[in-house]
Amino acid sequence: MTAVIETKGLGKRYRRPWALADCTLSVPAGHVVGLVGPNGAGKSTLLNLAAGLLAPTTGTIEVLGGPAPANPAQLARLGFLAQDAPVYAALSVADHLKLGAHLNPGWDQSLARDRINQLDLDPGQKAGTLSGGQRAQLALTLALGKRPALLILDEPVASLDPLARREFLQDLMEAVAEQDLSVVLSSHLIADLERVCDYLIVLVGSRVRVAGPVEELLATHHLLTGPRRDPATLPDGQQVISGSHTDVQSTLLVRTSSPVLDPAWTVSEVGLEDMVLAYMRQAAGPGRRRTSGNHLEVQK
Amino acid sequence: MIEFHLDGRSGVAPYMQLIHQVRQALRLGLLCEGDQLPKVKDVAAGLAINPNTVLKAYRELEYEGLAGARPGIGTFVTGTLGGTSLAAHGPLRRDLQRWLAKARHAGLDDESIEALFLNTFRSAAEEDIA
Repeated sequence: MTAVIETKGLGKRYRRPWALADCTLSVPAGHVVGLVGPNGAGKSTLLNLAAGLLAPTTGTIEVLGGPAPANPAQLARLGFLAQDAPVYAALSVADHLKLGAHLNPGWDQSLARDRINQLDLDPGQKAGTLSGGQRAQLALTLALGKRPALLILDEPVASLDPLARREFLQDLMEAVAEQDLSVVLSSHLIADLERVCDYLIVLVGSRVRVAGPVEELLATHHLLTGPRRDPATLPDGQQVISGSHTDVQSTLLVRTSSPVLDPAWTVSEVGLEDMVLAYMRQAAGPGRRRTSGNHLEVQK
Repeated sequence: MIEFHLDGRSGVAPYMQLIHQVRQALRLGLLCEGDQLPKVKDVAAGLAINPNTVLKAYRELEYEGLAGARPGIGTFVTGTLGGTSLAAHGPLRRDLQRWLAKARHAGLDDESIEALFLNTFRSAAEEDIA
C-alpha cells in the first residue's frame, strides 16, 4: 500500500527546543489515522508540516508521493482543517462555497450544496454568527468539497459540545465510506479516536513514541501482573512501556509481538486509552510519577 | 432491517459487537435469509465509526457463511442460526416467564436469578460433556 505521508528524520525548531524531532513515519493510504499526545507534543507542528504550511528544519516529508510544501496540483488533493475551524466571519455560507469553487480546481459544487442543505444551514447567514458546531461543519464542507485524497484535521472536535462532536464525526465517517479518502486527525479524546481511527500515532515530547494499525497495537500490548520483579530481567523482545511496583507485586505494561509464556505473570488485554496513557507517562520521565520503565526508551 | 448500536464501555471490539448483534438478530428471527444488512456507509455515518470496522464485521459474517456481498447492492443474510428451533421459542419463553415469576415469588433478586441460571446452565453443560 502506498504512503500518504512519509517522513525521514523530520524535525522542526522554532526557537530553542525542538517542536518535533527525529520523526520517521510512513502513514499508509486508506486509513483514518489518529494523532494523539499531550499539549505541546508537536501534533500541530507535524500536521502543519504535512500541509505544507511549515518548512522542516531537518529531514524530509513527502505527502501523497511528492515533497511538501507542495505545488498547486498537489495542494488540490490535500484538505486541511486548522484548529478551531477558521471561517471568514463577514462572509455568508454561500460566499464560502463560491470561494471554494473559485480556489479549487476539483471543486464538487453539488457535494458542497447537498451538505449545506443536509446540515440545514441558511446560505445567506454570515459565518460569524454560526454556532461552533455549524462553523466546524462549514469548514468540513469546504475541505470535502475540494475532493481531497488526504484530509488533515487539527483537533477538529476539541471545542464542540458532545452532540456537535458526534455529528461532525458521523459526517466525517460518511465521507470516508463514500469517497476514496485518507484522513489524519489529532485529538485528545481517545474514546472518539477509538471509534473512528484504525491507525494510531502517539506523539509525546516532540517524538513519535509508537505508530501502527490500532488492531496490531492492541494485540501486541499486554498488562502483566505478578510477583515483584526487576523489569531488566524480562526476556528480549518484551519492551516495558510503564510499570509500577509494590513491595510484593509488579504491574508492567509491555509491548511484545510474541506471546508471554512466563507462568508467573497474569496477562490481561490493554485498552487503547491505557496504552496511550502508558506512553505519555513513560515520556513524562522520572520527574512526574516515576515509573520503572523509564530506562527503556522506545525511540532513540 | 436491523439497527446497530455500540457500547463504548463494554471492552468488546466494535466489529465484534456488530457481529454479535447480527447473530443475535438471526437467533431471534429478526433477520432471515435474504434480508439486507445495513449499508456500510449508513452504519459508519450512524454510529460515527470507521467504515473498515463495518467491512471487517461483514467479512467475518461472510466467512461464517451467514452473509454474502452482492457487489454494488449490499450485504445480505445467507444463513440461519437456531434453524428450525424458532417455533419452539414461544412455549419456552412462556415456561421461562412462569419460572421467573416463581423465582421472584421465592424472594430472589435479579442478580440471584442471573447467578442461579448461569450456574445451572454451566453445570448442565459440563454434565453433557462428561
